[in-house]
Amino acid sequence: MIKFSDDRLAKVQELVSHYPEGKQKSALLPVLHIAQEQFGGWLSTETMDYVASLLHIEPIEVYEVATFYSMYNLKPVGKYMFEVCQTGPCMLNGSDQIIDYIKQTLGIGVGETTPDGMFSLKTVECLGACGYAPMMQLGKTFRENLTKEKVDAIIEECRRTAATNN
Amino acid sequence: MGRKLLLEKAHVEGIRGYEVYRREGGYRSVEKALKSMTPDQVTDEVKKSGLRGRGGAGFPTGMKWSFIAKPEGVPRHLVCNADESEPGTFKDRYLMEFIPHLLIEGLIVSSFALGSNVTYIYIRGEYAWITDILEQAIAEAKQNGWLGKNILGTGFDLEIYVHRGAGAYICGEETALLESLEGKRGNPRIKPPFPAVKGVWDRPTVVNNVETLAAVVPIINFGSEEYAKIGVGKSTGTKLISACGNINKPGVYEIDMTISVEEFIYSDEYCGGIPNGKKLKACIPGGSSVPILPANLLLKTAKGDTRIMNYESLADGGFPKGSMMGSGGFIVFDEDQCVVRHTLTLARFYRHESCGQCSPCREGTGWMEKILKNIECGKGKISDIDLLWDIQRKIEGNTICPLGDAAAWPVAAAIRHFRDEFEWHVTHAEEAQKRNYGLAHYADPLVVA
Amino acid sequence: MPDDKKLFKVTIDNITIEVEPGTSILNAARKIGGDVAPPAMCYYSKLKGSGGKCRTCLVEVSQGSTADPRPMPKLVASCRTNVMDGMVVKNITSEKVIDARNGVVEFLLINHPLDCPICDQAGECDLQDLSYEHGTEGTRFEFVRRTFEKHDLGPYIQLHMTRCILCYRCVFAADQLTDKRQHGILDRGDHSEIATYIKQSLDHDFIGNVIDVCPVGALTDKTFRFKNRVWFLKPQDAHRDCPRCAGKVRLWTRGEEVFRVTARRDQWGEVEDWICNECRFEKKKASDWVIEGPTLISRHSVISAGHYVGMKMPREPLPEVMGGRKPKLLMDIHSVSEVNDPNIDLSKIEGPAHSTDFVNKG
Repeated sequence: MIKFSDDRLAKVQELVSHYPEGKQKSALLPVLHIAQEQFGGWLSTETMDYVASLLHIEPIEVYEVATFYSMYNLKPVGKYMFEVCQTGPCMLNGSDQIIDYIKQTLGIGVGETTPDGMFSLKTVECLGACGYAPMMQLGKTFRENLTKEKVDAIIEECRRTAATNN
Repeated sequence: MGRKLLLEKAHVEGIRGYEVYRREGGYRSVEKALKSMTPDQVTDEVKKSGLRGRGGAGFPTGMKWSFIAKPEGVPRHLVCNADESEPGTFKDRYLMEFIPHLLIEGLIVSSFALGSNVTYIYIRGEYAWITDILEQAIAEAKQNGWLGKNILGTGFDLEIYVHRGAGAYICGEETALLESLEGKRGNPRIKPPFPAVKGVWDRPTVVNNVETLAAVVPIINFGSEEYAKIGVGKSTGTKLISACGNINKPGVYEIDMTISVEEFIYSDEYCGGIPNGKKLKACIPGGSSVPILPANLLLKTAKGDTRIMNYESLADGGFPKGSMMGSGGFIVFDEDQCVVRHTLTLARFYRHESCGQCSPCREGTGWMEKILKNIECGKGKISDIDLLWDIQRKIEGNTICPLGDAAAWPVAAAIRHFRDEFEWHVTHAEEAQKRNYGLAHYADPLVVA
Repeated sequence: MPDDKKLFKVTIDNITIEVEPGTSILNAARKIGGDVAPPAMCYYSKLKGSGGKCRTCLVEVSQGSTADPRPMPKLVASCRTNVMDGMVVKNITSEKVIDARNGVVEFLLINHPLDCPICDQAGECDLQDLSYEHGTEGTRFEFVRRTFEKHDLGPYIQLHMTRCILCYRCVFAADQLTDKRQHGILDRGDHSEIATYIKQSLDHDFIGNVIDVCPVGALTDKTFRFKNRVWFLKPQDAHRDCPRCAGKVRLWTRGEEVFRVTARRDQWGEVEDWICNECRFEKKKASDWVIEGPTLISRHSVISAGHYVGMKMPREPLPEVMGGRKPKLLMDIHSVSEVNDPNIDLSKIEGPAHSTDFVNKG
């Protein structure tokens, strides 16, 4: 049985209190974010069933929502996920080349994870950073005005962080 | 230099925090509205100001507010639409990131006008760090008595909560947003009933864009008359434009809707012209859904008038020869850019973001993307161009929500103005496969940067 | 108060009727009946919240009401738009509607497998009927169609997602007929699917009704799969004392054999009374039922009982002419001379003089 840590459980209770009584399902999206954060960066069936039980809703209601929104990962992903925008304005500023460069450098295709489980590459649609294109999302932050050099530096930074955390 | 109402203080050191914001005159509109005005008077001021929704549709805000139903004993809600996802648009993010208290201030005044005691900010999931900034600002506002019970001793209670989405453009559509706020899939609702009657949890609800709600602050501070003096015609006040694409100075600019498109692109105060001495080829002036315009129709209207950065002028000429102000996402193309390729990325975007509820959008967006992909990589036929036209025609106007139109318009406009570029991809298949940029001859020879 | 009883006058395709306020355009049109009733692939009057999605029932409102006669700017989904007093609606009399509807049908078909020859729904498929009315002979879609693995939703129901048109009816049915919905719409856009996510079986007593509400062959009865074609079966109304449901069903029989049991449907193809799984799947003997008699089905349907009853065969004149003799030679007269070709304008043929030759010749 999986379970949220106490502080996260408290956070869930707080989130539920934002909505009218009996409308606790409204907290589903934010709670799924918390779940994804705690349970390895993705949502397993077990995780989703747990969230359903917390919010007193049917598991299918969670599956329907988790599969609808693009930020929920339904399969395990690498420790660092490069989510590179490929929509129009980023394309005008060379996002295709950046994606190609990441593919080459990491040796993986879009939707794949490096064998060491460190990096995943995902192409995404407009993230609202069109003026700072090309860009990618990495965790909670945006990395903008990307160049090949910047990509190298980001990869390096991730490796360093992973090494210090281990 | 135009007058700035929203971003004037955005770069004051420390403005993100409460102390500086308050010192710079923040929260005055709350004092004025709550202490000296009735909710109806606030609504009237907003009506008289001529403020139009800044999310894209341009609907008069005061009128929208006056539609809200007031059944006895049923709570009402204001929901702030911060699900900014229209390609080319990043103005709300800028406002929330740099001057978050302006939004909170606008929300308090607007909630007061609408009688909302619990107001939500629905923010797109990817703006995770902005969620933190907003929550911080809300906490500060609460500590200083601008939120909570009995605000300023007026008896008005208000809580503001940030609700984070999780990656779905469609949630920018107000009824999809409400579904999402209820913890459901972001499927737009079938209207009627409209949110003003049955919104979130079946309660009367008003959904407004971030910039719209922030604009309520200067309207109350300076008065509607003063506000309406800025701008021209039905385009009153200032508008945030997020400029991107091939320009020297991409970013967010506040304009007073009287400057010309040409000035906006070439002046150093704004976009600063096109990099590397290249020529202007085309522009999508109001976010990815609005029609693309070739340079010759962009700077001047079909009648030969100078085109101005406002609702009416950008729409002059209708769809055949004009475009729209939309959300203010201003995407500039230099002479080397390929319209076909860009249209393909937009078609892919709309296919990816279609909720899949209604048939024309679910099936049509994917079909258009497939055909565009073929054309772009040199596998298309001339007849495919007419087929594309026919598909977009059959999506437009026939879907539950405006995403169908938003997907159809860019394809229609690209074919309308750049048909020979599509044909070139078919007739020069081999070359089209090798290069990923298009033809240059659309650039107007008169507008050398 | 007499005012409360005031009916709304609505004109659809030039036919005016009066209906209760709150009636949808579609239901008003159904009152008129015939071709005036728009087709509905997702709306289901017995499922709350259904409709609005497929867009086949779009109509043009050329006058909003007497009070506000402005036309509506866009075509509207007639199933989810209520009539107003004095409203004027165009359905089959509007070219815009027909054009849009043809478009919707094309969209519904581009990813549909068109495997009617092996689909159990063939013969009673709403999409088949719709394509017959509004579809074209060929397709303009030149790409690989979307496919899904088919899988079982328990012992009785098979889900053939590839055929699904995402009408959401089965989801509404599960929501409203069972206490615990186990399946739903997963994913989004053109890869949305009906599924349980964890491939579980649907096991509620009334879940079998999802088969009846499915407008296509996406949800089929496993106890009937590939057993027979519906048009070879004789539908008969029957009932039994059932502790769970009304027990009013339709038996699909051939001789003494009961091939399948479904709910009874009204003229719009909608279930009259929901039936339980036991009646539907377990009672497959004629002796389980009290048979009331053959079902009345529109004679236009290929599955109508007595499709040919009362139909007069045309008289064959040949045997009469021959008086019992066998013809020595029969030939197709069209091949003998171009004069016999029905497409030929006789006046254009070079040959014997005809009437126009004599004009102006005194």
